Amino acid sequence: MNISASQSALDFAGKGAERIAELFYWMTGGAIVIWIVVIGLAVYAVMSRRAHPVRMTHWLVIGGGAVIPTITLTALLSYGLAMLPELQEPAPKGSTTIEVAGVRWWWRVNYLDPSGGRIVTANEIYLPVDQPVEFKLTSEDVIHSFWIPSLGGKIDMVPGRTNRLKLHPTREGVFHGVCAEFCGEAHAQMRFRVVVTDQNAFDEWLETQSQASKSSSEMAEGEAMFLSRGCSACHTIRGTSADGMVGPDLTHFGSRLSIAAGVLDNTPQNLARWLVDTHGVKPGVEMPAFESLSGEEVDTLVRYLGALQ
Amino acid sequence: MNESAERLLKAWRTPKGWRYWSAVNNSKIGLWYTITAFGFLLFGGLLALVMRIQLAFPENDFLTADQYNQVFTMHGSVMMFLFAVPILEAISILLLPEMMGARDLPFPRLSAYGFWAFLIGGVFVCGSLFFGAGPRGGWFMYPPMTTQYQTGVGADIWLLGLSFIEIASIAAAVELIVGVLKCRPPGMRLNLIPLYAWYILVVAVMILFAFPPLIAGDLLMELERALDWPFFDASRGGDPMLWQHLFWIFGHPEVYIVFLPSIALVAMIVPTFARTPMVGYGWIVLAAVGTGFLSFGLWVHHMFTTGLPGITIGIFSAASQAVAIPTGIQIFCFIATLLVGRVTRSVCLLFVLAGLATFIIGGLTGVMVAIAPFDYQAHDTYFIVGHLHYVLVGGTIFPIVAGFYYFYPLITGKQLSERLGTIAFWLMMIGFNVSFFPMHITGMIGMPRRVYTYPAGMGFDNLNLISSVGAFVLAGGFVVFLWDLLRPKGGQPTAPRNVWNAGTLEWLAEVPDQPWGVRSIPIVESRYPLWDQENFVRDVDEGNFYLPDAEEGLRETLVTSTVEATPIQCLRVPGPTFLPMWAAAFTGGVFIFGTFHWYIMAGVSGVLAFFTILAWLWTGTAIIPEKTEKNVGLGLTLPTYVSGPAAVGWWAMFITMLGDMTAFMSLVFGYFFYWTVHEDFPPKDVEGPGVLWPLVSVFCALAAWGLMLLSRKLNSRKNGSLFYVSTLTSVLMTFAAAGALIAGPWLHNMDPTEHVYQASVCVLVLWTVIHLALGAVMQLYAVARRAAGKMTHRFNADIVNVTLYWHFMMLTAGITGLTIALFPLVS
Repeated sequence: MNISASQSALDFAGKGAERIAELFYWMTGGAIVIWIVVIGLAVYAVMSRRAHPVRMTHWLVIGGGAVIPTITLTALLSYGLAMLPELQEPAPKGSTTIEVAGVRWWWRVNYLDPSGGRIVTANEIYLPVDQPVEFKLTSEDVIHSFWIPSLGGKIDMVPGRTNRLKLHPTREGVFHGVCAEFCGEAHAQMRFRVVVTDQNAFDEWLETQSQASKSSSEMAEGEAMFLSRGCSACHTIRGTSADGMVGPDLTHFGSRLSIAAGVLDNTPQNLARWLVDTHGVKPGVEMPAFESLSGEEVDTLVRYLGALQ
Repeated sequence: MNESAERLLKAWRTPKGWRYWSAVNNSKIGLWYTITAFGFLLFGGLLALVMRIQLAFPENDFLTADQYNQVFTMHGSVMMFLFAVPILEAISILLLPEMMGARDLPFPRLSAYGFWAFLIGGVFVCGSLFFGAGPRGGWFMYPPMTTQYQTGVGADIWLLGLSFIEIASIAAAVELIVGVLKCRPPGMRLNLIPLYAWYILVVAVMILFAFPPLIAGDLLMELERALDWPFFDASRGGDPMLWQHLFWIFGHPEVYIVFLPSIALVAMIVPTFARTPMVGYGWIVLAAVGTGFLSFGLWVHHMFTTGLPGITIGIFSAASQAVAIPTGIQIFCFIATLLVGRVTRSVCLLFVLAGLATFIIGGLTGVMVAIAPFDYQAHDTYFIVGHLHYVLVGGTIFPIVAGFYYFYPLITGKQLSERLGTIAFWLMMIGFNVSFFPMHITGMIGMPRRVYTYPAGMGFDNLNLISSVGAFVLAGGFVVFLWDLLRPKGGQPTAPRNVWNAGTLEWLAEVPDQPWGVRSIPIVESRYPLWDQENFVRDVDEGNFYLPDAEEGLRETLVTSTVEATPIQCLRVPGPTFLPMWAAAFTGGVFIFGTFHWYIMAGVSGVLAFFTILAWLWTGTAIIPEKTEKNVGLGLTLPTYVSGPAAVGWWAMFITMLGDMTAFMSLVFGYFFYWTVHEDFPPKDVEGPGVLWPLVSVFCALAAWGLMLLSRKLNSRKNGSLFYVSTLTSVLMTFAAAGALIAGPWLHNMDPTEHVYQASVCVLVLWTVIHLALGAVMQLYAVARRAAGKMTHRFNADIVNVTLYWHFMMLTAGITGLTIALFPLVS
């Protein structure tokens, strides 16, 4: 698996992640100091051959157990909670708004068009750099949690509710997102990719996503097979008669970086493997394995899907 | 051995042969309980090793995803429900009476019942793993995954098997609360009781209020799984968040429930090795009580990422910080004690220090994750796995190991090896830190929890391999420790009495130990009587204090007043019997057969359990003594039979009902939770139970309750006829109350599977009707007792306790009736 992308909360590329990383380093430093002092004292107490007066230790208990912790914790709370409003405030009106629904075990992604329409994709999110983005997060089955560590904190996707999250990427690149709440058998493989680009590239990408797939004569055979083999019962490819809603929209599948919700890089070999050994790649997944396809048929489908740019 | 000692020994002797298992004395039950809980620790540890093998390498296929999910679910559940809570109850059952110079806990049969229930339930839950049928929803079991997306019996095994064990835990908590409050030696005022007993009191009260919300949650979830009542189904008005609230109202106090008793062990060990009384006794008690209170106000910090409003998050963030203060005070009191004294070094103390050093790291990372913004990143990652293991291993397991080294000679008469102990210490310390410290980093660089594998090349590979290696080193430490416990010690000299030269009462135990606990029950004037009171051991041994004899051949111990510990009763406690074992087996049957939907078997098992428990109560409680008072020594004469608040039975009923009310209030909380969170509750177009029938029910319950008050009064007449009339009329009113309560939803065709509103009403009705049925059984029991001459106008404990039940019954029936009848009108 080709990983140049980051999944680290400390390798930050977003405003939220940056603030939280800073908080993390401060707290870690403080914790180390406190630990050394307390343990040093305990070791001294055990090693020391001298019996210390009881009166003195009363001050120790009050000072070390109550006064110093109260001061430290108050300072920490003021510093830590002060960043809460900033992290929680919604993105300004007019920001890119993206609806993401968690589905066992993939992500349904809709970009809200300012005109009110929805631009549908799945398992991959493009974001413009240096722009706040508003997410509206739901679940279609169990509880999931939407997390892009390099950009900011996570928030759960709870059935019956819509949670929101603002992210503000500050650096271009490809990042990993994951489901952080245990959601069943393939929880470990519920992943996605996030591509942060400049505004132009983003607009271009979104424009492409909003269109139906282009078809050509070379694709006719693959399209026919996609429809006849039952793929269209679950998957939509706009511009064809495939309009299934159960699985991810595949209209621009060929342009995506990964398959099976961030599990495999999108290469022809991996795609062929996925079609035949579906449950070997991702145990528990709802998609049936198409073992009955001949090698040639697999090639045809792989070529077709790859051409869906 | 003189005559009186022989009589005493005869009364307390443990049965031999197969009858050995009928023992109910705390020293036997406590020992079996401890061994069983320790066995589950080892099992949970093996599961952890299996996980670490799977995670040692990226994309490993040692386990399948489904197997891994079962293993991690069971690891968490076993460690929390079958090890951490039971071991503290086990150690307390074993040692608490010794620390208070009591011969036994007040309800030996209840301890025995709790033990057998724990053993049966624990084996059942763990066994499921070997049939691939284990629960696979995590130890937190979040719906709707566990309600709508997991078929098979795994989730039911978790819900029913563990509910059964939780009930046993509550039984033990009742026992321990009454034990601490009523079974102390004369003179041991509240400010003299050993710190261990204070901690256990706090913890037992916490169990009493923390477990019932979980049991209520289990009930709701099982009703959804078995009968499709949609409590957590958003499409029918339910809400998965209700489970999270109920689970974490239990789950957060749970952390302190397992942590405080281990600190309690530390609080016994530290003064002994510092050779000085604990510094800041009062502060420690206040801190323990404060921790207990605060721990109930923190649960939302497990839910920071669920989308709650900022103000809620801020408040719970601050409250979570606050709990660090009482914890800090306790730690500094221990350090202060070590400073004041001249410390004798030993393996015990090494493990105490290991616990301290480890726990403080867990506490500090705890403060970090309590700051909500940081939790947004850390939540559900390996950072949390690291944090919680530093808390639980440092705060629970290391102190317990220290406790094993400390108390082993008291129980077996032989000391553990300092040399092996030192080896085990270093292996455990190094192994633990190598395994768990890297997890903080693994989490920060983005690895989520509860994943059965991870992709290669993300930076997770080496850290996970290191963690896995560390886990095996840690396991090696446990192997050495286990060998030290089990190795034959025949050639080793017996340990001297009071081997550590400690100051508290449990060290009165003779070597080899005698089943009577203490030769005579002493008068206590100090926190460390063995250090401070002159000729103390000699006076105890010579039988110069209370109850040095068992003239009637009965097992007896003293009951004292709650605050001042002045003697108020000579309590006869029951001896060996198999009844609790059978009662536990049959109650277990109800839960186990219920899991597989074998309802006929479950019903038969339930009936058998019912009659076994009746037989147990009939033969073992409120027995009319052959003489009303007796000389317990030192010229003191005490009654042998008391009722009302002076009696331990009354306290047990009162405390049990507090727990019961907590479970009930959790269900009521559910009803109002839906109303607060959802605009369509109650839904406009749905008919409720109406006003008439629920109010009729409240009225009938009121009448039944009033008649019970009357019956209690009438029972004091020599002629019982009016008592019978009143009580039997009350039974009729009870049935009427139940009937009217059912009539409301029944006549309005409320279908509990349709919407959560109907389900919420029906579950309150169900709960109340079951309690009314139980109330009727108790009323009839009182009638039967009087008719059989087991209860008289003077010996009235049964009717007093039944009436006490009815006070709570009235509250339950009243709240249910008024809520379901009137609330739809005002909402």
